[in-house]
Amino acid sequence: MENLLQFFFTYRQEIFILVLAIFLGIEVISHVPSVLHTPLMSGANAISGVIIIGGIILLGHADVTRFSATMVIGVLAVFLATLNVAGGFVVTNRMLEMFSKKKIKK
Amino acid sequence: MSEITFDSGTAVLDLSYLLAAVLFVVGLKMLSKPKKARAGNLWAGAGMLLAMITTLLFHKDSMGNQIAWENAMLIIITIILATVIGWIIAKKVRMTAMPQLVSFYNATGGAASGLVALIEYGNPGNSSLMVTLLGMVVGNIAFSGSMIAYGKLDGWIRDWVYRSMKYINIFMLLVNTSLIVTIMMPGIDPSVAQTLVYILYGISLAYGILFVMPIGGADMPVVISLLNSLTGIAAAMAGFIYNNQAMILGGILVGAAGTILTILMCRAMNRSLWNVIIGGFGASAKPGTVQEEGIIREISVSDSAILLNFSQKVVIIPGYGLAAAQAQHICSELDRMLELRGVDVRYAIHPVAGRMPGHMNVLLAEANVSYEKLIEMDHINPDMEHVDIAVIIGANDVVNPAAIDDPSSPIYGMPIIQAYKAKNIIVIKRGMGKGYAAIENKLFYNEKTRMLFGNAREVLQKLVEELKGMA
Repeated sequence: MENLLQFFFTYRQEIFILVLAIFLGIEVISHVPSVLHTPLMSGANAISGVIIIGGIILLGHADVTRFSATMVIGVLAVFLATLNVAGGFVVTNRMLEMFSKKKIKK
Repeated sequence: MSEITFDSGTAVLDLSYLLAAVLFVVGLKMLSKPKKARAGNLWAGAGMLLAMITTLLFHKDSMGNQIAWENAMLIIITIILATVIGWIIAKKVRMTAMPQLVSFYNATGGAASGLVALIEYGNPGNSSLMVTLLGMVVGNIAFSGSMIAYGKLDGWIRDWVYRSMKYINIFMLLVNTSLIVTIMMPGIDPSVAQTLVYILYGISLAYGILFVMPIGGADMPVVISLLNSLTGIAAAMAGFIYNNQAMILGGILVGAAGTILTILMCRAMNRSLWNVIIGGFGASAKPGTVQEEGIIREISVSDSAILLNFSQKVVIIPGYGLAAAQAQHICSELDRMLELRGVDVRYAIHPVAGRMPGHMNVLLAEANVSYEKLIEMDHINPDMEHVDIAVIIGANDVVNPAAIDDPSSPIYGMPIIQAYKAKNIIVIKRGMGKGYAAIENKLFYNEKTRMLFGNAREVLQKLVEELKGMA
């Protein structure tokens, strides 16, 4: 119990953000037409690539002057997270491009 | 730690994180409005790019050191390489393979979270070991689970149902939990703890595989959405390690949005999330408990063309078969041809048609089918009895009347497109194989139904030629 309270105290600001973000996420999505489910899922997927920030911080402060497991894993993490971000946004854009073509004619 | 000294670099960094977070929220909001969706995606992308650049430029570790230039070079090279590869894959892939690709990119994000957490666990400055471990477990489950989902959608992994799966999965979860508890015990030998972390890493990967393996059939969209929200949660957990608000907000935003999307999809199929996770669609369905007996009536291509030519209202009901056969373009051509002859053609889109919600809309939009011809299930059903011909192309479960009148059917209660109400029904299908949910469809034995066997693209091609000849 003591531990939990201490955890809450240390991260009280982050926990505030976390709890409010849950409500925000629910609110933002709740009225989406099913037509947009796939692009929305894909766009949200790209945003979840925000772990790239963690990857940059990890690799940014790692010792890269010599070959180490941390370095290899750091590079791998940055690489994979970037795939998620870049691929995710490009593929979402490609899907939406097709919708917008139709929109103009309307 | 508590003393606050002003540092303009850190202030700029935090400000940019705030801006990035706002862009994520605004982008996601715009993504749920058809007209603004594309701009929304770009805004969210811009937010991500901003956060990446400012992190590289201004981030300081606990000692106050900035990112050294050789590290920065390594990072930039890696990012450029991955961007090029990700970009090319995303541009080259066929629209029908979209669900697999989303699943694959989700896997990479999850893997990155798992790796970051694995390294950060050993970092002495890390004060949130519990959250780190949770992030590692969640990220790994999302990674291996998404890879399995990717393989299944791509067709190289088959459903694998085993009887005791429920218990094995619950057991695996218990092992995961007890490992975390053991590692967190005060006074545990650090080297033992480190070994246990590696074991936990492996077991969480295995759990992801076992978790998705038995889930098949109509449930795959739900699973992808669920795994997507897990990746978001894993990224948010990693945000705790770095006290990084942008990561926490971005991650949880996706986590919450993904969960809501998952629930919306479950509702569209009239199933509970718990049912999807524990039941395993294929496992609960006993295929062939009610063997349908009846006469199959076939129809020739030319007869179908004549029938279509002289009807007034046609509704096309597309399913995954249309996507698999790459038939969306030829389908759109048939539609234009019929329109020229004064036939009113519309499309009835089931919320979970295809392998992903909205998948059909994307495919038909690609084939230049006008947006207002795509009618959602709830709007088309009341009008179905006035429809002259319902053309079902590669769809099965979403038109199966058992969902309405057979309580023993595993899809009982799922809302369907009421094709059986139409005056005539033409079913274009490769053969008498069952749908993805592996259950009989009594619609095929209906006396108003005519079966037109063949690959959707070839059949539609022949229909178009036949219609041309009739001009």
